[in-house]
Amino acid sequence: MVAVDKTKEQVAALGEKYEHGWASDIESDYAPKGLNEDIVRYISAKKNEPSWMLDWRLDAYSRWLSMDEPNWARVEHPKIDYQDAYYYAQPKSMAEKPKSLEDVDPELLRTYEKLGIPLEEQKILAGVEGYERKVAVDAVFDSVSVGTTFKKELAEAGVIFCSISEAIQDYPDLVKKYLGSVVPVTDNFHATLNSAVFSDGSFVYVPEGVRCPMELSTYFRINAENTGQFERTLIIADKGSYVSYLEGCTAPMRDENQLHAAVVELIALDDAEIKYSTVQNWYPGDADGKGGIYNFVTKRGLCAGRNSKISWTQVETGSAITWKYPSCVLRGDNSVGEFYSIAITNNRQQADTGTKMMHLGKNTRSRIISKGISAGRSDQTYRGLVSMHPNASGARNYTQCDSLLIGKTCGAHTVPYIESRNPDAQIEHEATTSTISEDQLFYCRQRGIPEEEAVTLIVNGFCREVLQQLPMEFAVEAQKLVGISLEGSVG
Amino acid sequence: MSTPLLEINDLHARVEDKPILKGLSLTVNEGEVHAIMGPNGAGKSTLSYVIAGREGYEITGGSIKFRGQEITEMNPEERAAIGLFLAFQYPIEIPGVGTATFLRTAVNEQRKARGEDELDAIGFLKAMRAAAKPLNITDEMLKRAVNVGFSGGEKKRNEVLQMTMLAPSMCVLDETDSGLDIDALRVVADGVNALRGPDKGFLVITHYQRLLDYIVPDFVHVLADGKIVKSGDKSLALELEKTGYVDIQQGLTA
Ligand SMILES: Nc1ncnc2c1ncn2[C@@H]1O[C@H](COP(=O)(O)OP(=O)(O)O)[C@@H](O)[C@H]1O
Ligand SMILES: [Mg+2]
Repeated sequence: MVAVDKTKEQVAALGEKYEHGWASDIESDYAPKGLNEDIVRYISAKKNEPSWMLDWRLDAYSRWLSMDEPNWARVEHPKIDYQDAYYYAQPKSMAEKPKSLEDVDPELLRTYEKLGIPLEEQKILAGVEGYERKVAVDAVFDSVSVGTTFKKELAEAGVIFCSISEAIQDYPDLVKKYLGSVVPVTDNFHATLNSAVFSDGSFVYVPEGVRCPMELSTYFRINAENTGQFERTLIIADKGSYVSYLEGCTAPMRDENQLHAAVVELIALDDAEIKYSTVQNWYPGDADGKGGIYNFVTKRGLCAGRNSKISWTQVETGSAITWKYPSCVLRGDNSVGEFYSIAITNNRQQADTGTKMMHLGKNTRSRIISKGISAGRSDQTYRGLVSMHPNASGARNYTQCDSLLIGKTCGAHTVPYIESRNPDAQIEHEATTSTISEDQLFYCRQRGIPEEEAVTLIVNGFCREVLQQLPMEFAVEAQKLVGISLEGSVG
Repeated sequence: MSTPLLEINDLHARVEDKPILKGLSLTVNEGEVHAIMGPNGAGKSTLSYVIAGREGYEITGGSIKFRGQEITEMNPEERAAIGLFLAFQYPIEIPGVGTATFLRTAVNEQRKARGEDELDAIGFLKAMRAAAKPLNITDEMLKRAVNVGFSGGEKKRNEVLQMTMLAPSMCVLDETDSGLDIDALRVVADGVNALRGPDKGFLVITHYQRLLDYIVPDFVHVLADGKIVKSGDKSLALELEKTGYVDIQQGLTA
């Protein structure tokens, strides 16, 4: 029974083990609590937005008022009081926008340093030994972007990488053309809310024929209490271009639930490719399910052009609740959509995640690899839709959903929806559910690998196909995260 | 004077309330190779698991000492780190985990547990290649996931590779010969013989005496009904080969 007691202690300690659970001591300006039209105006005014943007937000807000929260996902939470939160929090030092990173409040910069996110261009992300590559970072702190690195070098290649707030000022035509073009304002309750109150996020434009010279990344940090974060990201890859983008997310440990409702839109024109990777490590709440982020996210990519490709890779280890379905609309003929996912839930975490692959064009192909790991008393669902439209002749999908259960009190569910309106389209689906066997653990331990390390090793093996999709720098980080997320799950 | 490496004294153990080992005693001194033979179901694998500390195998009496230290309360990884190795009768598959990665993790975890520095990537790779070569283990095989899709012979060679790299002082081999053809048997036996030394001990569990032509033991014991019922030198194995285990079992019930 010693082992059982030990496990209980470890599980109890897990909340404290969340590595990024500290808060920065930063004074912030808040919008008044709650949500109404004035708050929408407040946010827009804070960003000094043109009237078309304000009108767009107000339209979204009025539509949101008559919408209902989606209730089809297999997640449970107390009713969210949308009036009991702040919709905008900005560090006081950001009131006047710093001209460059040198002018940013050192305390803010320290936050990112502590998180291991380099905002000084001479520093590179700590990764594999002897392997150095530049990564440009947009750092979003609560409701504002603190700064973006390598802007100059990117500009030389013609790549625009800035905060969405800046893009609204500096590239209104691109924003007007594409914002809401993939995720319409009324797409769903959370996306509509985001459209009304989004605060910051990243904007990327890669011009025709350009291969973006470095990885782009955005690091989202929620710091303020009781504050929602509504990120908005828009990435456009023009004809024949390529970009690889990564987002990371963390938040302090707080007893209340905080809302993160993001919208990400990707557009790939003819022969363009976008690779979008996420390492989501929002605070998951404590062992009893107290606190943690509600991560309600709408992510969708449009393969608008022929031979275009959009690839989503996600490592979802954090959040109390994850509700997220990065999807691809495969409109261009021969376009390709991919979804590689690792979702880990422990303790009381809940995740309902998956993808939608909408095959509209001819010979479109999609590939879905989902690896779900449940431990503790957590529950997770893979929910995926593959839809073959009448014009999608020769379209093909391959789906593989593997679930790994650790312990006897967790749950895993697979809900695949298939719609085929083209007899010529092929859909293939495979699903497995397994557990970490006592044999495997004993084998590892006999070789000298302690139990927790053995679980990490086995789970990393289970996820290998997906981890391989991540840019190398982040694969190393993600592997460590797998171990940390599962701490206390065996004994 | 011979120095005891592994001392098992009046060991009783059960699995799921079923007594399997019923008063087993055995001492392996440094430099010695002991063979354990016995009919199926005698408790040979159980003995190997109990020595290695597998959960679910409950010791109800007796003791196991390693270099004079009682180890029955130690967990499997602690026993591994002080130099105990078990080559499995049925090596386990670990999908997605490369054989080399697994091996490096094991080597470094053991070094960490002993307070030694971890091996760097290059040092490890060199040592692994050197150990793999005589076992006919290719780089391609080292990249494959641990035991996944390995043939019977590959699995057993992989066990010997791990044994070589981890450099244990006490090796327990559980039916390492099962499922091997004569060529594979020779490769595996050569690998084991290469590890023999004045400060090492081996406990070679086998059902057939064939293996003992290649790994020549100093002592042979017969395990039946959870006890050592007969001990002798190599000739005992040959005798068993002729008479089979029936006589011994009959001797027990008589
Ligand atoms: N996990 C287990 N649960 C129940 N009985 C077991 C278990 N493992 C082994 N046994 C029993 O213990 C006895 C000894 O098995 P084992 O040690 O595998 O023998 P051997 O290796 O000599 O063939 C057998 O009767 C077997 O059925
Ligand atoms: Mg056996």
